[in-house]
Amino acid sequence: MDAFDWNVINRSFVYLFKEGMTFTLTLTGLAAVGGIVFGTLLAMMRLSSFKWLSLVATGYVNLMRSIPLLLVIFWFYFLVPYIGAWMTGASRPIQVGAIASSVITFTMFEAAYYSEIMRAGIQSIPRGQVWAGYALGLDYWQTMAKIVLPQAFRNMLPILLTQTIILFQDTSLVYVLSITDFLGAASKVAQRDGRLVEMYLFAALVYFVVSFGLSLLVKRLQQKIAIVR
Amino acid sequence: MPMIEMKDVSKWYGSFQVLKDCTTNVEKGEVIVVCGPSGSGKSTLIKVVNALEPFQKGDIVVDGIKVNDPKTDLPKLRARVGMVFQNFELFPHLTITENLTLGQIKVLNRSEDEAVTRGLKYLDRVGLISQKDKYPGQLSGGQQQRVAIARALSMDPICMLFDEPTSALDPEMVNEVLDVMVGLAKDGMTMMVVTHEMGFARKVAKRVIFMDQGSIVEDATKDDFFGKPRSERAQQFLSKILHH
Repeated sequence: MDAFDWNVINRSFVYLFKEGMTFTLTLTGLAAVGGIVFGTLLAMMRLSSFKWLSLVATGYVNLMRSIPLLLVIFWFYFLVPYIGAWMTGASRPIQVGAIASSVITFTMFEAAYYSEIMRAGIQSIPRGQVWAGYALGLDYWQTMAKIVLPQAFRNMLPILLTQTIILFQDTSLVYVLSITDFLGAASKVAQRDGRLVEMYLFAALVYFVVSFGLSLLVKRLQQKIAIVR
Repeated sequence: MPMIEMKDVSKWYGSFQVLKDCTTNVEKGEVIVVCGPSGSGKSTLIKVVNALEPFQKGDIVVDGIKVNDPKTDLPKLRARVGMVFQNFELFPHLTITENLTLGQIKVLNRSEDEAVTRGLKYLDRVGLISQKDKYPGQLSGGQQQRVAIARALSMDPICMLFDEPTSALDPEMVNEVLDVMVGLAKDGMTMMVVTHEMGFARKVAKRVIFMDQGSIVEDATKDDFFGKPRSERAQQFLSKILHH
């Protein structure tokens, strides 16, 4: 057996980060923002006094949380073109592409998890705060946008970020769509150069450093942002 | 026409009736004190006035507008009724100035400059102008409640509702809040006040409403209420809270 060739990292460094990591971070960012926005809407629906809104949101969240992410990625990849065609009335499946499909999938999937976090956040705001908003004459949307959600978001920021770290790791599953994310890039180099051990070790190390570093940051943030009551 | 008119108002939480056929009026410029043992429904009574709590039976009319009419624009009505809560309910993520201006800007569509000018005028009136850039958490309870009063006033309300405004305060802070409320009463503000502060009632109330188990047991002028309360329940209540 050959000795380890760590030089493979050096040779592929630019490719790994410029191609792979850029995509990984872009997907993480887009899915996190989209997922938090959509998830917040889901949480508001779930807490709504309109029964059917609440039922739809609950059903969606439970469904997403009960199916493996890998399956959801597959299903969306194959289904979205048909749903798109059905919605636009086109006769052929719409070409969505692997990248757009992955962004949509992760947004929809993570929204289920973010919505549970935001639901807890909204429920953590005392009833009196809502009353105070209503008493000033604010309507439901204004009370939510100006009073409840800013506080809920702030209270839940550490947990939202922790969920985003998990999302960052989960994005590696896009390899099933043959997308070149960071792990995909590492995998390609590994197979091209026959350096599986080195590349997979290096990839693991990078994921570890980023995730662990971020979680340390979250910890520090947590101590900083608690709202003084 | 009375400012607040309640007729046979009843409310249930499931099968439990919290308000039983409550009828009373608050005239313009009157100060009404609502008291009674805990759980008697007095906080609920004041919260149905601006529909923070829904009720199932009866009618409430505020300044000629029927609260329980589905066509009533509730946010618009609430904007004209000031409310002060037991736990202050300042918005902890906003500065004092932002607390004072939020409603004015979003609901009354005032410009930010105008809202700040008005808000600070009332903040000055409650003696806290120096605190304008702080956050609620940096203020004492008494200060927070005075800001809450200023916040309600800066909406130019036609009447004010107070839900136990001093119950959550340390004893030494009660008076600074009561002083502001007495000043308001003397300026002719229509006020409905849920409180156990009988000194305040004696000083500025026109009438006192005594509630027990969801019913208005006594609705009498101040002198009648303190002089010769008719119901036994009110007599007991008074003897309990006045002898300390």
